[in-house]
Amino acid sequence: MTSPIIPLTKTAKDQSTWRFLMNELKPRGKWLTPFNLISIPIILVGLALIVIRFTEGLGAVSNINQEIPWGLWKGFNVVTGVAFAGGAYVLTFIVYILKVDKFHSIVRVTVLNGFLAYLFYAGALVLDLGKPWNIFNPIIGNNFGASSVLFLVAWHFLLYIVAQLIEFSPAVAEWLGARRAHKLLSGLTLGAVIFGITLSTLHQSGLGALFLMASQKIHPLWYNEFIPILFLVSSVFAGLSMVIFEGSISQRVFFRKISSKNRESRNSLVQSLSKICAFSMFAYLAMQFLVFIHGQHWDLLNTPMGYWFLLEMIGFVLVPMALFFYASRKSSILLSRVAAIITILGIILNRLNVSIIAFRWDAAVHYVPSWMEVVVSITIILIQIWIFRWVISRMPVLDESPKWAQKASH
Amino acid sequence: MTIDRRKFFKSIAITGMTIIGVNASGAPKAKSEDEETEFYGILYDSSICIGCQACEKACAKAHGLPEPTDKPEVGVVRKTSENQRCVLNSYETSQGEVYVRNQCMHCNEPACAAACLTQAMYKTKEGPVIWREDKCMGCRYCMISCPFDVPKFEYGSTNPKIQKCDMCYDRIIKGEKPVCVETCGDALFFGTRRELVAEARRRIAEIPELYIDSIYGERVAGGTGYLYLAPVAPGELGFDTRIQPSSYPALTKGFLYSVPSVFILVPTLLLGIHEATKSRKTKDENHD
Ligand code: SF4
Ligand code: SF4
Repeated sequence: MTSPIIPLTKTAKDQSTWRFLMNELKPRGKWLTPFNLISIPIILVGLALIVIRFTEGLGAVSNINQEIPWGLWKGFNVVTGVAFAGGAYVLTFIVYILKVDKFHSIVRVTVLNGFLAYLFYAGALVLDLGKPWNIFNPIIGNNFGASSVLFLVAWHFLLYIVAQLIEFSPAVAEWLGARRAHKLLSGLTLGAVIFGITLSTLHQSGLGALFLMASQKIHPLWYNEFIPILFLVSSVFAGLSMVIFEGSISQRVFFRKISSKNRESRNSLVQSLSKICAFSMFAYLAMQFLVFIHGQHWDLLNTPMGYWFLLEMIGFVLVPMALFFYASRKSSILLSRVAAIITILGIILNRLNVSIIAFRWDAAVHYVPSWMEVVVSITIILIQIWIFRWVISRMPVLDESPKWAQKASH
Repeated sequence: MTIDRRKFFKSIAITGMTIIGVNASGAPKAKSEDEETEFYGILYDSSICIGCQACEKACAKAHGLPEPTDKPEVGVVRKTSENQRCVLNSYETSQGEVYVRNQCMHCNEPACAAACLTQAMYKTKEGPVIWREDKCMGCRYCMISCPFDVPKFEYGSTNPKIQKCDMCYDRIIKGEKPVCVETCGDALFFGTRRELVAEARRRIAEIPELYIDSIYGERVAGGTGYLYLAPVAPGELGFDTRIQPSSYPALTKGFLYSVPSVFILVPTLLLGIHEATKSRKTKDENHD
């Protein structure tokens, strides 16, 4: 390579890079927004709790016990969160593989979201590990538990973070004005996308496969050998509902950032996304139904756990599915958003059911997360939103790429 | 960490293959290949056990754990914990009061070892399933997976251990018996699994009034290293009757085996669709 990738020549420019970064690290706009006022105290308490967790042990902050060893951090931040990050692989598939160009304007923000989500869920995982300093054992060294589902999931997690970083990197290059790097990185996109989708199908289903060996510990209405496939299919509408929901918020918060062209196309986008959600939910329900028939659990329906199951399936899958169908027919954005929110709640319910609520439902002592676990869970999400906001207001994510980058990619 | 170069490259090659799942096998190498590597195990005879807790105390002493203070009592289920690797329980059954001992079953195909992503939980070729501190990262997936709820985690510690019976592996490789067997009179019997089964059958045949005609552990969860003789069915002795008779790691085999094919099929398919849509769009606008 003859010229440096970042278009700044050494010495003199070194300083300006530094100044540029310092400048970009400073907050922009008003400080005392309601979001800041609420989130900052929570984050501070959360960080203090994390310190306690490492100085006193897991038991000091968490209610997990010997029978239910995975609590909120694993069940909510990891297992549930990854489902919501599924929007990234679905959208990259639609945009880069099927080349449906109209989704192009939201693919970047979704990938950014996915990338941050994975990064922070990996963080939640580290908090939850008893011996986090041994986390590199399955990655380097010779301690390969190759027959472990968790081993595959961990590796795919890691590789997918890299793939998403590559998918997002052109935006970073545009922010830094690095043209050569931009060209190089854009060229890697397709490869990263294909690799990323493959990894996603595997770890989305892998998260379900984690529970395959807990066969008699999970209530029979939730345990079946098809958990991996059900997890994969539900990650499609989980991810897209998150895209719809997140879009409705960022549209308000980052109003100025979204170009007018993109703003107009939003409505038709939401409509198409609603359709995809509706159809994938239909497939999911049909599969759940087949699995249920296959399991012959009719008698279990008339128990408290059975009502709980029906609530999840009807209230949080069937109803939002119908809403999505109706919303796309009427092209009502509001209805789509309502459906998306119900779907999101339904996914939270489903993942928590498999990993926590229906897990050892028969145990003498039930697990209820402590307030400290809840605060730490929220802290992780809040920090993620902070970083998301920082990136959005600096890099060309929601708005159009700079002219030079657009030209280059044509 | 010092790894020499060859080992390092070897591990890279293994990683590459394992990521795409080529090495994936549903179960860690748990087959007893021939007589020489036959698994050791322990036969527990609850018809003989008098619930004296000598084994509990010896176990606690040998592993630096606090001496148990509570006694087995009908109606109270004592559980193994981070402070106790084995416990005795007492049940009122159709045949009167019966004691039963609970600890790691040392499964032939252990779910815990199949679950462990660092091979910290490990089925040794001698039979005991051991836990290796330097490898464990404390994810507790072994606890999720073990059908007998055996591994216990030290939640109160900043450098937590997983506590569970290791059949006194360090003694076994020195040719000694586990401390519990050494302490107990007749209720615990140490030997290769084959010897244990033969011994159990002999006892059943000799005094049929004392036993039901089945050995718990012979088949449950794919067979365990710990075998139980009892006067009543396992359900009466607090064992979870829903534990399946076949191997637990086999439950994940289907998923693990499908990984390599997904790695071949999905990218090919995606590339194919990509090419197909490209030619359809000819040369007009084409982002990225
Ligand atoms: S009983 Fe549980 S901990 Fe013991 S070997 Fe079997 S699966 Fe592992
Ligand atoms: S807690 Fe330790 S022994 Fe158990 S599965 Fe995780 S790494 Fe393996």
